[in-house]
Amino acid sequence: MELARNADDIHVGIGEYRVVANPGRLVTLGLGSCVGIGMWDPVAKIGGLLHIMLPNSKEFTKLNKVEKYADLGIPMMYQEMLGLGASRYRLTAKLVGGAQMFSGLDKNQLFNIGERNVKSSRLLLKDLNIAITGEDVGGNRGRTMYLDVYSGQVLIRTLGKDIKVL
Amino acid sequence: MAERFLSKMQMDALQEIGNIGMGHAATSLSELLDSRIDMGVPQANFIPFDKVIEIIGGYEELVSCVSLNLGGDVKGIVFFIFDEASTYRLVDMLTGRDDSSTTALDEIATSTINEIGNILTGAFVSAISNLTELRINTSVPIFAFDMLAAVFTSLMLETGRPIEDSVLTIETQLFKDDKEVRGYFFLLAETESISRLFATLGLEP
Repeated sequence: MELARNADDIHVGIGEYRVVANPGRLVTLGLGSCVGIGMWDPVAKIGGLLHIMLPNSKEFTKLNKVEKYADLGIPMMYQEMLGLGASRYRLTAKLVGGAQMFSGLDKNQLFNIGERNVKSSRLLLKDLNIAITGEDVGGNRGRTMYLDVYSGQVLIRTLGKDIKVL
Repeated sequence: MAERFLSKMQMDALQEIGNIGMGHAATSLSELLDSRIDMGVPQANFIPFDKVIEIIGGYEELVSCVSLNLGGDVKGIVFFIFDEASTYRLVDMLTGRDDSSTTALDEIATSTINEIGNILTGAFVSAISNLTELRINTSVPIFAFDMLAAVFTSLMLETGRPIEDSVLTIETQLFKDDKEVRGYFFLLAETESISRLFATLGLEP
């Protein structure tokens, strides 16, 4: 199955987030070790998509673009969604990404960021009492993630494979 | 290195490093293939992280990437990115397969790309090392073949490079007969290492 590209898709950049009310479809391209976090309120039909790059801002002294850290980005998007009328009791989340893209003999060169991004995201969502209703994480492939704000459906494109639905 | 402004002399020096490095890389490839290899004039530039993806292609474009860690007097990473067609073309050339016979990466093709990336980056690094008399060690390569944005972003994060950095890119083309291999060479070095590079060339750091 090929996924039709839609000119109306709302693009979420690397290390950024976007929140929209129905109708709309959010997309973030080329998640590798980064994690896409889709949050959705099925009644208010409000969706948010965040593309985090790093698990924890506290490991850094100088921050710019605070949304790119899971521990800062997740609460920011959550608050913005509540501000638009989403309910904290109805929000659910789906996680996509956190791959280990590189292979090689010298694994010591790699920080295993993907796995840490996934773990950190799960913990932060748990703290906010947001249930995770779907995940496509880990592995070694890059992913593009779509979130349909009407249905809450998440579509995942991987090169050379069929579209996956969460 | 964020928002680094370079003098014309410094840019010229980097361009020269690019020329010499690519010259060595082309020579290595030529010896390996026992065939004439031509190269385009390398274009050296310092560009911000978020522009790198746009310059190479689309976020979801399939690319191969070979990266090595640098240690010693220059700390950072070097890596090569080839687009899909160039990746297959390199495998055809190096394994002696017929033109256009490679259409996916099997195990042999993967190790071939790893090896050629290793040789090209190695030639490049030794050229810099000779020019500056700095001691530079390289690690064994790591490799990925997937969506450009996923590969590039993950490389920066996995190797702990600050993504606010600007990146020295050297765009290059290598030709065998009329067949073009498009590659991008990148050097990401810590600020002190770049200053050291300039200092050894007699420029203001």
